[in-house]
Formats: sequence, structure tokens, C-alpha cells
Amino acid sequence: MANLLEFKNVSKIYKRGKTETVALDNLSLTLKDDEPTILTVAGESGSGKTTLAMLLLGFIEPSLGQIYYQGKDISLLSGSERMSFRKEVQAVFQDPFAVFNPFYTVEHLLEVPIKRFKLAKSRAETRDKMAEALTAVGLQPDEIFGRFPHQLSGGQRQRINIARALVLRPKILVADEPVSMVDASLRANILETLRTLQRNYGVSIVYITHDLTTAFHIASSIMVLYRGSVMEAGGVEQVIKYPQHPYTQLLVDSIPWPDLNRRWGQTDLEPSEDSVIGQGCKFYARCPKAMEVCRSRPPLFQLEPYQTASCFLYQEKPKLESEQLSKTLPV
Amino acid sequence: MKPVLKVVDLEVSYYTDAGRAKALDRVNLELNAGEKIGLVGESGSGKSTMALAMMRMIKPPGRIEHGQVIVDGNDLTSLSDEQMLKARLSQIAYIPQGAMNSLNPVTRIGAQMIDAIKAHSPNMPKDKMRARSLKALESVELKPEVFRMYAHELSGGMKQRVCIAIGILLEPKVIIADEPTSALDVVTQRQVMETINKVQAEIGAAVILIGHDMGLMAQSMDKVAVMYAGRLVEVSTVKEMFTAPKHPYSQALIRSLPKLDVRGVFQGIPGLAPSLLRLPSGCAFHPRCQEAMDKCKTLRPENQVLASGSRVTCHLYGEGA
Repeated sequence: MANLLEFKNVSKIYKRGKTETVALDNLSLTLKDDEPTILTVAGESGSGKTTLAMLLLGFIEPSLGQIYYQGKDISLLSGSERMSFRKEVQAVFQDPFAVFNPFYTVEHLLEVPIKRFKLAKSRAETRDKMAEALTAVGLQPDEIFGRFPHQLSGGQRQRINIARALVLRPKILVADEPVSMVDASLRANILETLRTLQRNYGVSIVYITHDLTTAFHIASSIMVLYRGSVMEAGGVEQVIKYPQHPYTQLLVDSIPWPDLNRRWGQTDLEPSEDSVIGQGCKFYARCPKAMEVCRSRPPLFQLEPYQTASCFLYQEKPKLESEQLSKTLPV
Repeated sequence: MKPVLKVVDLEVSYYTDAGRAKALDRVNLELNAGEKIGLVGESGSGKSTMALAMMRMIKPPGRIEHGQVIVDGNDLTSLSDEQMLKARLSQIAYIPQGAMNSLNPVTRIGAQMIDAIKAHSPNMPKDKMRARSLKALESVELKPEVFRMYAHELSGGMKQRVCIAIGILLEPKVIIADEPTSALDVVTQRQVMETINKVQAEIGAAVILIGHDMGLMAQSMDKVAVMYAGRLVEVSTVKEMFTAPKHPYSQALIRSLPKLDVRGVFQGIPGLAPSLLRLPSGCAFHPRCQEAMDKCKTLRPENQVLASGSRVTCHLYGEGA
């Protein structure tokens, strides 16, 4: 079974003068070729989730480690390999308003990739391809063709973005906060579209978000990042219903569930001083359960077949090498 | 109890090249001191227009056609522009969407706070202004050092709290916050909401929270008002709204919310929000409504108060239903 995508001990370090910021810290991750999945990468701002997306899309290069796509290091791809990488790894970004050029009709956005990758031989074929992609995301092609971006709602635009990615028949779709700027009532439609894509078109989706509610409903596995390190990972149901890491517990406790019987938790929120503990657990300064041992970096401990946490509270559990992380992520 | 805020028959139109768009259609709302109400609706439903109209900040081509906004007995719509300047911030404060990006990057936070006080009481002694600003920072749980800092030295959540501090400087009677947490992650969002609730209780102001996150409303508001196509279709207590919503649109909205017990079930609201230029006749929601009757297509429903205390605008309720 081939690996579609593999992160091997990847770190990204941003340097500014003498200060170094570790945006992503020694992450290993594998997506399998024949098992399309939806993986959520969750975390607050500054957790490294967008860095992960940028690395995955090949926009930036890792400082340490390698990223392999279909067994090849993506920084060493040849011209034609790079083209197919670009075609097969697609993205949908947060802001459905910013990606459209207001002077062109919607067809333009869909036509460019078809022309660029020479996917159609004639105008009619181009149109068929566009119509097919639009139908796949639940839009009526006749209602969309000839329209300008400002004539469409945010939800429609975001679905057109997904259609644009779909035209290229991608293997991986990186969705960076695709619903955070869309109305709650339209979110359901977009998420449904993403899930259909994964089921019917065999696209693996990396869903990047800080919204654990939508993650819970759409993803099969989840990885919680904090300051570039994995805090907890595993099956989405397991992690969100029974969070074990104090950070995940804080996150889950802070979700405003639209349910009067689940009030916001009372965990103390006041983050203590952002003291940087170079070698220790990254959550040390904010952790209500911090211990002396947390001054050194905790490894991953395997809690359940599909749950692992990087926290010394579970030090009696078996250790998990960071390279083995993907084993705890169900498909 | 005398309501601190009364919005009467407020109507706002935007005059566009394509015609007149009625963004706010005879909206009525009452709010008591210390009450917190959430205003929800799809984008384009008129939530932000309502906030701007209450602040009298509608710019051309928009216009307040008629109606009154009465804060603490004063009708804001009858004030002169000069008087309105004074009323903003001291009577009614507005924390706009993305407020955290509205801080001036080249002046210190403290200077911006003192600016706001100076505009209202130019003769107040300097040290008193300073003391007042520091007190406001303290009530949003920021350290006094923030007074000397610049916006870029603060995190998103801290900037948002600075904006709240500016909003409460003059202890207004009504605070309107437009999506104050939409750009923040869940933990910071909770901190900001807790801050708003805390300062609100301190100064006893009424709060209008605009947003589309029903979860946030459930966790921190007393009442929820649902807007659709420029009209308030339902105003209910949070408990009523989440256990027994009345208007079919509110019902669809509540049904579309993610739940923790059933995973992977999505229920969107079919159809699209109508264009304000071509509103459907009768009840604006009838083309998307599952319970639409014949009269919904022709007759506009009137606002009515139900026995439960909910206010709803729908033909399903009241006489003849």
C-alpha cells in the first residue's frame, strides 16, 4: 500500500534576527493512497496549522525533515512531476470573497485550471467539465454561468471554489477554515459537499480549523496542535467526547454548544505569562495540571488504539514514537 | 420596568442603481437595563444595518426612512448631528465588526482612550481621564501596562478587549457588539464573551450581540432575536428559542445546528436568502417555508405576542391560524 503523502520529521522554523520561532515541531504524518479520509488539524491561532497547510501545498519548504508525495520528495520534483503534484493537491481557502477577480464571470475561475492543465480538447468539453463539477458541489450550472462574483452568496462562492478544485480531480484537498466566514445555515451545505467529495470522488481532505463542532461532524480523525506540536490525536469521536490532554480539555470546554444543558465550562482561562520553556511541555505555562516533570518535553503516550496524547499525566501508558502518529488516526 | 432601549418602526432603505432595497422593515424592539439580546440572521438579513441605524451611522445611499430609537427616554433620531456625536459612546456604544483592526497602529492605546473621553468632556483634568481609562482596562482584565502599549504588541483577543474597554469608558446605557468574536478561536472567544458579560453587569448596560453563532447566543445571552430579510421574525428568551422555537425560520435555524449526540448529520436550510431588491410578496420567508399557506403569499404577517412571551411574525399563530 503506497503512501500518498508522507511528512517525515518535518519542522518549520522561522528566524528573525536571533529569535527563532518553531512553527511546526517534528511532525510525522502519513496519508494512504487508497483510503480517502478527512483529517482535522485543529488549534488556535499560532498553533502551526496554516504552516502545515503551506508545507503540504509546497508553498514553503520544511526547515528540517522531508515531505514525500507518492514516494518522491516534493522539493526535488521534476517539472512534469511538479505539474501533477500541483494538479493533484488542491486547496480551498478561508475567505470566499477574496479569491475571485471581480471583473470576470465565474466561468473564468473554472476555465483557467482546465486550460492550464489541458484537461479539455474543445469548448464544449470545457463546459461539460465545469457543469459536472458545479453539479457535484450541489449547484445548478445554469444559475451560475455568466454570473459575476458579487451576484453570488458567500456559500455559493465557497462551493464554486470547491468545484474549481474538483475540476482537477485532486487526490488531496487542503481546506483551510473553509466555513468560518460562511453563515451558519450554509455551513451544513458546504460540509456536506466536502464529505460527498471524499466519499464519491476518493479525495482525502485535510480540514484545518479552530472550530471543533464542525470537525466533530465531518472528520474521521483529528490532530490537535499547540505551538507547533501535537498535543493529542486520534479518532474524532474519541478525542472530542473524551479529551485527555489538558489543552484539548480546555478547547472542548470552550465550545459554545447550542445546547442549554451544556454550559460553558468553568476552567480558569487566565493564561499565565507566556514564559517560553525551551525544553519543556509547550502548554506548561497555561496548564492547570502542570507538574515538575513537565519541564522536560513529554513524548506521545498511547491511551487507546485511536487516541494518543503528549502529556506526562499518562506516563504509565506505553510510549508512542512520533513517527507512529498516523497509526492512531482512523480512516 | 421601563425599557432602556426602544426601537419603534425603524425603517432603512438603500437607494441603489437597481432600485430601492429595504434593508430594515418596520423593526420594533424593546430592551430593559441589564438585558442581553442576541441578534441573529443570515448575511444580508439586516443585522449590521440595524446596529448602524441605531447609532445613526447609515451613510448614503442608505437612509433612515422613519422610526425612532429611544435610549433612556431620549429619541436619538430627533437629535442634531452635534448632539448625536455626544450621545454616541456616552448613551449608546458600538463595537463594530473587526473592531480590533480599527485601533490606530501609531498611537498608544492610552492616547486613543483619552481621545474618546476628551471628545465628550474636554474639561476633565488629565489625571482623571487617565484614571478612568485605567479603570476601564482593569474591568476588561487587561494589565495597566497596556495603556502605554501599541496595538501591534497585543494579541487579537487583547485588542478586542481594548475595544470593549473603549466602548465602556463613558458607561453607556446600551452596548452594541457586532460579531465581536468571529475572528477569534474558541478559547479567546470565551474570554472575550466573559469580559463582555462582566462589564455589562458592572455598569448595568443593555447589550445587543450581533452574530450568527447560535451556540454563542445560547451560552451568553438572555434573549434571541431572529432577523430575516430586514424583519424581526421572532424574539424569544434563550430557553424558549432553543426548546420551542416558534417561527418556521427559527425552527430551521435551530435544526441546522450541530449536535454532540448525533455525529455527521447536517441539515441546512433549503433555498437562498431573498434579494432585498425583489422581496417575495406577503411573508418574505414563504418560498422557503415548509408550512407556507395560501395567505402567506399575499398577506404580510403582523407581529404578535404569544402567551409564552415570545414575539413572532407568522400566520401560523394568532387568530385565524
